[in-house]
Amino acid sequence: MKTITLMVNGRKAHATVEDRMLLVDLLRGPLALTGTHVGCDTTQCGACTVHVDGLAVKSCTMFAAEANGADVITIEGIEGPDGRLSPLQKAFQDHHGLQCGYCTPGMIMSLTALLAETPKPTEAEIRHHLEGNICRCTGYANIVQAALAASGQLPATATTAS
Amino acid sequence: MHAFDLAIPDSICAARTALGDEEARLIAGGQTLIPTMKARLATPERLVSLRAITQLRGITRDGDTLIIGAMTPHAVVAREARADFPALADLAANIGDPMVRNRGTIGGSLANNDPSACYPSAVLGCGATIVTDRQEIAADDYFQGMFTTALADDEIITAVRFPIPLGARYEKFRQPASRFALTGVFVARFAKCVRVAVTGAGADGVFRWDAAEAALARDPTVAAITALSPPDLPIIEDLHGTAQYRAHLVRVLTARAVAKIGL
Repeated sequence: MKTITLMVNGRKAHATVEDRMLLVDLLRGPLALTGTHVGCDTTQCGACTVHVDGLAVKSCTMFAAEANGADVITIEGIEGPDGRLSPLQKAFQDHHGLQCGYCTPGMIMSLTALLAETPKPTEAEIRHHLEGNICRCTGYANIVQAALAASGQLPATATTAS
Repeated sequence: MHAFDLAIPDSICAARTALGDEEARLIAGGQTLIPTMKARLATPERLVSLRAITQLRGITRDGDTLIIGAMTPHAVVAREARADFPALADLAANIGDPMVRNRGTIGGSLANNDPSACYPSAVLGCGATIVTDRQEIAADDYFQGMFTTALADDEIITAVRFPIPLGARYEKFRQPASRFALTGVFVARFAKCVRVAVTGAGADGVFRWDAAEAALARDPTVAAITALSPPDLPIIEDLHGTAQYRAHLVRVLTARAVAKIGL
């Protein structure tokens, strides 16, 4: 067992974890942050994507103890302090970038990292970046649209009316 | 996953101490080892993480050599090696996916020596040197078969030294689900030779295609490659591709790499 301290969504968290505990199980269990999903548990699908020290990682493929001292952001930490959706979350809503929604937290975390590094990605860059996030509903078209819209790259006429 | 003890030392010396008993295993980025442990294909009693050893990270240039710390993630190589060695940066930028590239490391990839991994082809294709906590190993001596290397069980890769080629190119035919190389070829041109290394084809792992190197020494053109017979050694065969298909890809990808380098 290890006692660890980390920042999660701007708040200090303490936990005592088994050495084999995965970061995603710490987040979803003791920390009760169930927005981060487990899709495959085999490092393929990206539903468990969170940010650790500013980098998108699969939280099912690192140990909780490795996050000791780290700054972790989950999907719960993406909205504004007033509870307003981030521009990317809003674009997913506007462009119907989801159907069942299971992959969406990972999609948002992954694309948030992309837009932080590349504010205006091309469609090809968006698709390349999403290789680690699997969606079995949408065919990705509306997810890519949402990313283009969130980065201010869609003409107004292409915006879905609400 | 079976229970184990995880040690996270902050120096190579402390890591060697932590390795101590024979059941211990090193973990780098964990992007292969953790899924393998979940599947219970690996059940170490103790894991020693190299993550906190800061001296194992980073990229430096020393004359015509690029030195990459073993724990440098693929994403960092993709970004920081671009100016000095663009072919290596391209290779790193197309390993796995962005999240894997933020965790996975060059040292971990080389220690694992997956027969379809990308990095072994660059290391062998450049004649790089694997630096460990106890010796330096030439690439030609390092790769010893599928998932087999010259490393001792408790040996720690600290860095990889790449001689920077005059021109180089990695051509990868992706296995679209895993994003490993179905087959990949790294071609590197140096002042006195051209080296050709192939991953995702040899049944014994990465190999140099000697016939292609000899042909390019005589005639550095695409035609010299397309005239060759496919490599004559046991080739991987699985549900993703027959041996004949992979052998064909070796020739096609080598020709593409040669065309793009412009030998």
